Amino acid sequence: MSSEMYEHMRTNPKFQTLVAKRGRFAWTLAFIVLGMFYGFVLLVAFKPALLGRPIYQGSMVTIGVAFELFMFIFFWVLTAVYVRRANGEFDELTADLIKDAWKENK
Amino acid sequence: MRLLNRIGLALGLLATSVMAHAGPALDGIQEKQATNWHAIIMFCLFVALTMGITYWAASRTKSTADFYTAGGGITGFQNGLAIAGDYMSAATLLGLSAMVYGQGYDGYIYMLAFFAGWPIILFLMAERLRNLGRFTFSDITAYRLDQGKVRTMAAISSLTVVCFYLLAQMVGAGQLIKLLFGLEYKIAIFVVGILMMFYVIFGGMVATTWVQIIKACMLLVGGTLVMVLAMSRFGFSYHNLVQQATAVHKLGPKLMYPGSLLADPVTAISLGLGLMFGTAGLPHILMRFFTVTNAKEARKSVLYASGFVSYFFNVIFLMGLCGILIVGQNGSFFEGGKIGGKLIGGGNMVAMHLAKAVGGNMLLGFLAAVAFATILAVVSGLALAGASAISHDLYARVIMKGKASESTEIKVSKIATICLGFVAIVLGILFEKQNIAFMVGLAFGVAAAANFPVLILSMYWKGLTTRGALWGGYGGLVSAVLFVLFSKSVWVDVIGNKAALFPYTQPALFAMPIAFLLAFIFSKLDGSERAKAEIEAFEDQYVRAQTGFGAATATKH
Repeated sequence: MSSEMYEHMRTNPKFQTLVAKRGRFAWTLAFIVLGMFYGFVLLVAFKPALLGRPIYQGSMVTIGVAFELFMFIFFWVLTAVYVRRANGEFDELTADLIKDAWKENK
Repeated sequence: MRLLNRIGLALGLLATSVMAHAGPALDGIQEKQATNWHAIIMFCLFVALTMGITYWAASRTKSTADFYTAGGGITGFQNGLAIAGDYMSAATLLGLSAMVYGQGYDGYIYMLAFFAGWPIILFLMAERLRNLGRFTFSDITAYRLDQGKVRTMAAISSLTVVCFYLLAQMVGAGQLIKLLFGLEYKIAIFVVGILMMFYVIFGGMVATTWVQIIKACMLLVGGTLVMVLAMSRFGFSYHNLVQQATAVHKLGPKLMYPGSLLADPVTAISLGLGLMFGTAGLPHILMRFFTVTNAKEARKSVLYASGFVSYFFNVIFLMGLCGILIVGQNGSFFEGGKIGGKLIGGGNMVAMHLAKAVGGNMLLGFLAAVAFATILAVVSGLALAGASAISHDLYARVIMKGKASESTEIKVSKIATICLGFVAIVLGILFEKQNIAFMVGLAFGVAAAANFPVLILSMYWKGLTTRGALWGGYGGLVSAVLFVLFSKSVWVDVIGNKAALFPYTQPALFAMPIAFLLAFIFSKLDGSERAKAEIEAFEDQYVRAQTGFGAATATKH
């Protein structure tokens, strides 16, 4: 039974839309995180002095601390953005897809 | 002594008692402290509360689904707290605050590396994990591959990770409790081992999850309280705090520079990879994705977990900086009253001294109780993950080929929990005097190199076959273990050779590509009929991974 259901879903164009949209979205976010994180790791390894500089003259906040704090917040915001879209738009699309498959199966 | 050590290792575990007496003392660990009654009373309250929960959970734990995954009925928020709890071990609180105290900004860099894996897990893994898995992550790797062989492989690497991690936690626990509570090391080990068995055997995942949730709340509240009280001394000004801290710290302005810890790029990148993808391969963390109702709740739990984790890391960063002034400038926290000498209780005690300085014995007692509760909760989660690898993967699927009844499967996992508990107690006592810091690195290295590559390939790559998965999994496991064995932390520090055979301490950068490459090559070379069927089966698995149709749902209580 479930193999037929999977067949119905796979041939539904909505499935392709879901997979393509969600895949693109997830990989884009993942590349942002990976890019920023490993970019930062490379700065730590090759340009440590830059990270130790204050963000402006006389400040005690260094570029490194500010950038890291930004990443802590920004990465979390990205998770929130993903969860919002996945739990809303993508899950509705999925529910649709399963409903269609049930109809075809009858 | 060196010779004894070598012989001890050569003879393996049977001879470790020799090493335990002859080995070098663990750095910064010393004699027992006076009995801390505040801490003991607060810890007893915690134990009483969690026992009550275990009693309640026991009545709800009937099926295997209840036992392994709390029937899948944990909400996203609760699960988020529990994941955060699993992730924030005592080592996080004590080790990272001490690292900031000693090295400043380097500690903060470590924290980001610990954190950055979470968004990746969410984007690329969380929903597929929930949609494909049931009890253990081997459910996913073995989904369309040979059940017996692949599950055996996944169970072996799970158990390897669990044992190394468990041992590191037990030895750390014993040392810490000796220090904080003034209990004997052996008594501390027994208390942790027995309580852990009790929670897991009677309450299964329901009790383990609630122990974790309560502890996570205590940790968040306790840490925040210490941080706020400490920051009030500097008028809540980061500017004042850092200005004064850099003025007195031996590193001076370099305190806020990336320093010696991550000096060479290979180590920095390898560590980043190991922490990031190791997290995505830890069996007790992966198991948490099966305790929620559906993919929606799984995503929410990562959102909450990463929120708590990133908040708490920033709290620890501030605690460490405050410690430089409040603890580091107060002679009463140093042995012999010498400022800048040796901290009483060793380097890891900064957070505890800070609690005492800003909140007196009550707050110290509370934080000590939290640290104990933390160890207990993490150890329970690990034991449950290990026990399920034995009972669900090895016993029910490999030995009984899926024909075991639920009640015998639960019985086997309870027996496995008892065995793991005793193994943990015995190893904890044998390794008391050994430097076990490398064990956590090893656990993460094996998780990143043995568990993660096969798991991610089985979800994303159509072409993976049984042969490829086995070569990738075993290859990653063996190479991660060998890289750590030949690195300085074991080859030189534990075995006592002169020079390390492998120049880096972090295995991930090297072991992970080996695992991926082996999995790829041997899948491609596999032209058998069975491999063709496995590749074809990917289509159905793919639809299920994407839609969640056919995934196990929550059982009603």
